Amino acid sequence: MICIKVYGLKIKLYFVPDPPATKFLSSVSVFQVVMKIIKHYQEEGQGSEVVQGVLLGLVVEDRLEITNCFPFPQHTEDDADFDEVQYQMEMMRSLRHVNIDHLHVGWYQSTFYGSFVSRALLDSQFSYQHAIEESVVLIYDPIKTAQGSLCLKAYRLTPKLMEICREKDFSADGLKKASVGYENMFEEVPIVIKNSHLINVLLWELEDKSTAADKHELLNLSSSTHLEKSLQMLMDRVDEMSQDINNCLFFIPLQYIQRRQQENAQRQSRGEPPLPEEDLSKMFKPPQPPPRMDTLLIASQLSTYCQTIKEFTSQNLGKLFMAEALQGTSSYS
Amino acid sequence: FRIPQNNELSPPAGHVNFLLIREIHVANVASTGFCQPPTSAGGQQHESHGDLRSLSSSLFIIILHFLYEIMAVHGPVVKIHPVVLASIVDSYERRNEGATRVIGTLLGTTDKHSVEVTNCFSVPHNESEDEVAVDMEFAKNMYELHKKVSPSEVIIGWYATGYDITEHSVLIHEYYSREAPNPIHLTVDTALQSNKMNIRAYVSSQMGVPGKTVGVMFTPLTVKYVYYDTERIGVELLQRTRASPSRTNGLTTDLAQVASAAGRVQEMLTTVLSYIEDILSGKVMADNSVGRFLMDLVNKVPKITAEDFESMLNSNINDLLMVTYLANLTQAQIALNEKLVVL
Repeated sequence: MICIKVYGLKIKLYFVPDPPATKFLSSVSVFQVVMKIIKHYQEEGQGSEVVQGVLLGLVVEDRLEITNCFPFPQHTEDDADFDEVQYQMEMMRSLRHVNIDHLHVGWYQSTFYGSFVSRALLDSQFSYQHAIEESVVLIYDPIKTAQGSLCLKAYRLTPKLMEICREKDFSADGLKKASVGYENMFEEVPIVIKNSHLINVLLWELEDKSTAADKHELLNLSSSTHLEKSLQMLMDRVDEMSQDINNCLFFIPLQYIQRRQQENAQRQSRGEPPLPEEDLSKMFKPPQPPPRMDTLLIASQLSTYCQTIKEFTSQNLGKLFMAEALQGTSSYS
Repeated sequence: FRIPQNNELSPPAGHVNFLLIREIHVANVASTGFCQPPTSAGGQQHESHGDLRSLSSSLFIIILHFLYEIMAVHGPVVKIHPVVLASIVDSYERRNEGATRVIGTLLGTTDKHSVEVTNCFSVPHNESEDEVAVDMEFAKNMYELHKKVSPSEVIIGWYATGYDITEHSVLIHEYYSREAPNPIHLTVDTALQSNKMNIRAYVSSQMGVPGKTVGVMFTPLTVKYVYYDTERIGVELLQRTRASPSRTNGLTTDLAQVASAAGRVQEMLTTVLSYIEDILSGKVMADNSVGRFLMDLVNKVPKITAEDFESMLNSNINDLLMVTYLANLTQAQIALNEKLVVL
């Protein structure tokens, strides 16, 4: 409540803050989870296959604590005798015996150069979030991590998007009504890593035994391959986007309208009464309005690509300036 | 007595060791299967050997740790990934009330000279003075589940938290030798007895008089920490939680990471510089090998003429700026497109 005193009048303004978009402000992850995800990708995910798994943990006040995880096997050819649900149930039952939190709080997935926004992800995350309100999807980018800095992000669907998915109303009108743009599809949840004291002791031990020489991936100057790949993916997506837009345009019978207008203009010039404006909907079967969800997804993906590319270039600029400084001093010696 | 060739024991210590092992072996023989409590006959034997056993086991432990320091290790090198240690500590923290230690299975791969431990899971067990019960069914189940995800991992041993190797360990080790050809036993000292978390690995070897009383001895092995590249980077990030009082750490932004990496290099340079100053002022003796490394270091900065370097730098910077510009343009385009399409 803000009170303003204006010339003796007291005007009370009620300041009502927006209800927070998400009740859960941050997710807390633990050393173990991060290591397991990294290891899972490293061992089973070489190539462009995504690796997936389930996150387990607890909800504490305004934080989502992720304390453990287990991986999902890849989809192999012998899918017939493999039941995912059963695997999950078995795993969770077993983990309960050893006092590991067995509550589902989300899932994780690895990504290839940042391309993770897809229909499949949306559907999975929607079903998770529908069942468990606080669930997140952790996206792990192994290639960016290999370049020097751990790249782990947590996303949730915004409530608006949840509404839309619930009603399955993906048409243009539906989206406009809920005012969902590509920017408010996913919201990022900040990740905080919290370790217990024993783990800290373990980290000291590991630090003891590791040499200083192995830690400098981040300062590697050669970045062109990564940049090329990212730009390639960006271009592919832009192509998809333009195709999608073209599809949208075809649904409006523009050509027919234009021809009609031309004819009317001609008739007017000849002094004849114009043709009656026929109801277009009787001439052409009203086509299905194209699903706008794909456009949204592509737009969101493009925006993510651009964001990662910008981060990458800013880092590289920093590194180049460092290299310049090094050259500069040596040229004086 | 014939002591197997692959043990380098100094005779007195070996002698004592052998006696102690015999006591443990008696306990071994006395309990029939390790999932069942010892039979009454075995129980009697327990009592008569109780005092001697406790004394001998403590002596055994002391000698074992002494030997760990001085003995040459034979057997495979054990390479551990940090993920395994993290899981072990975590399962220790979640142990049932009243349990003093936790045990579990180690999974990994072996080859001729080394054993690589890449995964583990804890197994519920009950331990008391006289008996030990391990849920074998659970262990098998979990192994099956894990195999579905990573089919190349096999059971290579087991771990236990705590400082000692107790009699029960021998029994559990025997169980694991049925599952794996030469199981590794890993101990992680979570009670921090010597102010350090001692992580040790052992392999068991037979010793004693063949045909008569045969005992089991745990020979220590060298332990190395092995990381994948990405693991190392992950661990490095997580190291930072040591510094903060609330033990938390957020993931940093891009430029901050470059800045911190630069900071690290700077620190290292200052260390090297101070060392050189010390040598120049005569405080420290100059070491030739270090000098050679320093030469290498200085020569690593490539000698490029100023113009060439300028042009390289500029072209790189131009590339990056162009890409940034394109990315911004694309983002603006998408935003515009959205407004138009939704209209």
